[in-house]
Amino acid sequence: MSESTTTNPPVDGATPPSGSVGLVEPQTAAIDTPLLLDCGRRIEEYELVYETYGELNERADNAVLICHALSGDHHAAGRHRPEDRKPGWWDTAIGPGKPIDTDRFFVVCVNNLGGCKGSTGPLSTNPETGRPYGPDFPILTVRDWVNSQHALMRKLGISRWAAVTGGSLGGMQVMQWTISYPEAVAHAVVIAAAPKLSAQNIAFNEVARQAIITDPDFHDGRYAEHGVIPRRGLMLARMLGHITYLSDDAMRAKFGRELRSGKVQYGFDVEFQVESYLRYQGTSFVDRFDANTYLLMTKALDYFDPAAEADDDLATALAPATARFLVVSFTSDWRFSPVRSKEIVRALLATGKSVSYAEVEAHQGHDAFLMPIPYYHEVLRGYFDNIARRMTEEAAAEEGAA
Amino acid sequence: MNRPDWDIVTGWIGEGARVLDLGCGDGALLRHLIAERSVRGVGMEVDDERVARGVAADLNIIQADLDDGIRDWFGAHSFDYVLVSQTIQAIRHPERLLGEMLDIASEGIVTFPNMGYWRNRWQLGVQGMMPTTKALPNPWYNTPNIHLCTLRDFESLCDGLGIEILDRAVVDQNRRSSPLLRALPNWFGEHAIYRIRKRVV
Repeated sequence: MSESTTTNPPVDGATPPSGSVGLVEPQTAAIDTPLLLDCGRRIEEYELVYETYGELNERADNAVLICHALSGDHHAAGRHRPEDRKPGWWDTAIGPGKPIDTDRFFVVCVNNLGGCKGSTGPLSTNPETGRPYGPDFPILTVRDWVNSQHALMRKLGISRWAAVTGGSLGGMQVMQWTISYPEAVAHAVVIAAAPKLSAQNIAFNEVARQAIITDPDFHDGRYAEHGVIPRRGLMLARMLGHITYLSDDAMRAKFGRELRSGKVQYGFDVEFQVESYLRYQGTSFVDRFDANTYLLMTKALDYFDPAAEADDDLATALAPATARFLVVSFTSDWRFSPVRSKEIVRALLATGKSVSYAEVEAHQGHDAFLMPIPYYHEVLRGYFDNIARRMTEEAAAEEGAA
Repeated sequence: MNRPDWDIVTGWIGEGARVLDLGCGDGALLRHLIAERSVRGVGMEVDDERVARGVAADLNIIQADLDDGIRDWFGAHSFDYVLVSQTIQAIRHPERLLGEMLDIASEGIVTFPNMGYWRNRWQLGVQGMMPTTKALPNPWYNTPNIHLCTLRDFESLCDGLGIEILDRAVVDQNRRSSPLLRALPNWFGEHAIYRIRKRVV
């Protein structure tokens, strides 16, 4: 969920490091097919901002959709400017020669509807009022997102994704894709995800939301009209989030109980390094993320529960899926623990789906899915190699038949 | 790769069967069964490197530790056959695993190194040392094999667990059978291959 975790060194010239997709530019798709939302409201037209890496081949069968997590966006790989300190949030996995190899695949990553990085969302102008939507932007679900991404897919001239891939909330979108549009997904890669949030997960989200909503600068979500932003609330929400994305071990390894000034001060200023880190993460988040979007995204997480519509039976819910699945979890991830991934695998096995499951030993907690852990990337690479091989075989078979 | 014990296992498995291979390694036997019998196969393996190789070979591999039990993963009667090939001797609770596997499949196929093989008896009985052979290559202090047994041990356990033995084959170290092996299997069989199911009461 965080983007603080890539290990690529900063580039100091215009030459991208090898394995990088290089400089990328976001694009905008205007979609005029109305979107009927789960909440009952309609969006007549909307824009989605997205990035692509690699080339769509002639058969348009090499497209891979990357779904982002809670605070993510469309910038998954490469850099916007040569001087950018950090590349996109999943640059370790996407690029020439990387597990999701852009020499073979056409990779698409979309900023979700309701986002604050250019896609239509709370910061956009409400055509009915001429003012920013703010809190009036409709509540969205994972299914709404998938429907909007489906519209983009058609616009890009793609009828089936070679793979839909995502971690965390992104993994939930992957699952929903296989349920809503089974024919449009050949392979589904579900990483560090869960079939629904636990009560504990929802509780964390609620504390985060309350931090934002009760900030005196929130103004019922109309903070923009008051020329302020609910800084403290958003910062607290992010700090809380960060604690849950890391593991106890990762925090100990990173900070221990190290003091900033070497001795305790007996006060409430920053004393421990971990406090300093959290405050930094919190404040920098305020500058790049919108509070109303954060509320929307956490609600979408809370609502996701495909089994709810199938008598609480996940296997029944996933029954329509025809994709081949890869499910990956990380041992120290307590936000979406391996037990939760196992529920997904079990449901897939129960209906005879094709599924592989890797449980990656990692100490980084939930954030591990963004890290270039060798075993994790080896599994991803092997899986995507198979996808490429199958694409070639299908193309050859069709040519043979023609 | 052609191995006679694989041929025996393959001969027991029906065309298009649903097969679970416990401790599947990199999935070589599963691949063989998919090629020869068009089975729908799932492998279970704990080792990272082997899981990665299995996934790269386009197999369905579930990473899990068999010592944690397998009942959580699969519903009753999920498979036609469960294989435990050269793995049961490394399991903490083989008796529990045997029970669980016959809950989720109609039949089980178990292969293991026979501790009653004459070379093992010779090394232990005459030389007074834990055997090391081609089938049991590891020294006693560094071996994954914690529950070695003989054919008679295995058969007696099955009997106690209410498990019926449908077929038994034994092979030598070159994984071949012979009249001598068939006459005195617990002496001359280096590897045992059993087909089992729950006894019908």
